[in-house]
Amino acid sequence: MSPPASNAPASGTPMIQVVDLHKTFGDHKVLTGINLTVPAGSTCVILGGSGSGKTVLMKHMIGLLKPDRGQVIIDGEDIVPMGVESLQKVRNKFGMVFQAAALFDSMTVFENVAFPLREHTKDPEDVIRQKVRARLDLMGLKRDVEDRFPADLSGGMRKRVGLARAIVMDPKVVLYDEPTTGLDPITTDYVDEMILAAQKELGVTSVVISHDISSAFNVADQIAFLSKGVIVASGSPEQLREADHPAVKVFLETWFGKN
Amino acid sequence: MTTQTPSKPAREPGPFTQAVTRFGQGLIDIVSTLGGIITMGLDVFRWSVRRPFRLVNLFAQLDFVGVGSIFIVSLTGTFTGMVFALQTSTAFQLFDAESLVGPTVALTLTRELAAVFSALMVTMRAGSAMCTELGTMRVTEQVDALETMAVNPVQYLLVPRVLAGLFMVPALTMLFNTMGMGGAYVVAVGGLGISPGTFLSRTQQWLAPEDIFQGLLKGAVFGLSVSLICCFKGFNASGGAKGVGQATTEAMVASALSIFILDFILGILFF
Repeated sequence: MSPPASNAPASGTPMIQVVDLHKTFGDHKVLTGINLTVPAGSTCVILGGSGSGKTVLMKHMIGLLKPDRGQVIIDGEDIVPMGVESLQKVRNKFGMVFQAAALFDSMTVFENVAFPLREHTKDPEDVIRQKVRARLDLMGLKRDVEDRFPADLSGGMRKRVGLARAIVMDPKVVLYDEPTTGLDPITTDYVDEMILAAQKELGVTSVVISHDISSAFNVADQIAFLSKGVIVASGSPEQLREADHPAVKVFLETWFGKN
Repeated sequence: MTTQTPSKPAREPGPFTQAVTRFGQGLIDIVSTLGGIITMGLDVFRWSVRRPFRLVNLFAQLDFVGVGSIFIVSLTGTFTGMVFALQTSTAFQLFDAESLVGPTVALTLTRELAAVFSALMVTMRAGSAMCTELGTMRVTEQVDALETMAVNPVQYLLVPRVLAGLFMVPALTMLFNTMGMGGAYVVAVGGLGISPGTFLSRTQQWLAPEDIFQGLLKGAVFGLSVSLICCFKGFNASGGAKGVGQATTEAMVASALSIFILDFILGILFF
């Protein structure tokens, strides 16, 4: 089990490095010195209970929040001091899947997935159609879904469309915010497979924040356990099961039992 | 043996202190909201002159705010002109001055009522929709999704809406003027027997182009203010469906108040 401050695996160039990250909202200290390294091409799950600061940490990774102190280094560049325009360039390396998918409800499924392509490329419409269909196919979505609006889709389908949109620009990093929350076990398995498929097919670096232990152990190369604003344990899924931090033990016991 | 004396409970603030605290807090909220709206306005201006110019979004909003309000503004304008002609004629009959019905309605509409009523109609019809749509996008993380896709939400969402308010309320004010004068003409000439020549020549005699420009300028200021307030409230909504509802209510009240307050300030400046 590696200590939290030096949890970078021996192999793999770091894609994301978070160094001594602090964030306070009013009087509430949410992050109190986070250190985390995610190697390129790997899947890192940030596990933790509700209110442990997982979403806040993820929002720092993509520059939606500015920390009080610390560094967030993406692909070798510290994004903390960056202005809006530089941040927009960095964000082109990212795709993000939101907890409730965050699909634009005034657009069809096709328009949602095509949106980043229309915004950032000069691709002709037939190329856009081809790319969108390739991503929807990868997510196992049929053609008849293309013209439907997000309100007409099930929760699982919305997540898949959300992931199709997140990966349509071939990002280097995909962030997943609680991808399995509120889904039934079969759909949860499907979402896990979808995360693995995105990593396998596209070679993306994935960061998943979750409190779903089963899903975390299914998809993770590395799990970081966040408690009270700090990463208290980090390592491979097997290493995490051996962790002796009380917060980790209590959390994992809810799934694996006391033995 | 030691005995512990119970600590004194904190004294409840008196009613006067509570009233002062509430007043102070309210004042802080107003100043902070005003600061937020001004900052957002500057941001909107900054992003409105930068590429990419989102003309599709702008035309969609011009259509929604302007074209979509034509019917309601026409209807309101016609009836306002008719009622005003009817009421003023009753007063003018007392001293045999019915010929002044036309100019009186014209001056009141162009200088005051057309801009105020058009802005109120836009607030109710388009402002509420703007606030609700943006609020829903905010609480369902669609605004965050835009940002993560490297699309600036101020430029994509706010600039077209604010510009639509700025350009369309003056246009609707002009429509209101026209329909209002039409309504007044029908009542004055058709109902009260004032001759068409008298109605038109007297109106032409009293109404100056500055009166119309004054109204249009007011319309632009009201349009800007209403769209900024509705966008600000929606864009900063939080707390799910309830929060969006509350933001919309606040936006409607603040927009209506801003129209009347700005009308008074501009009235003093133009007087």
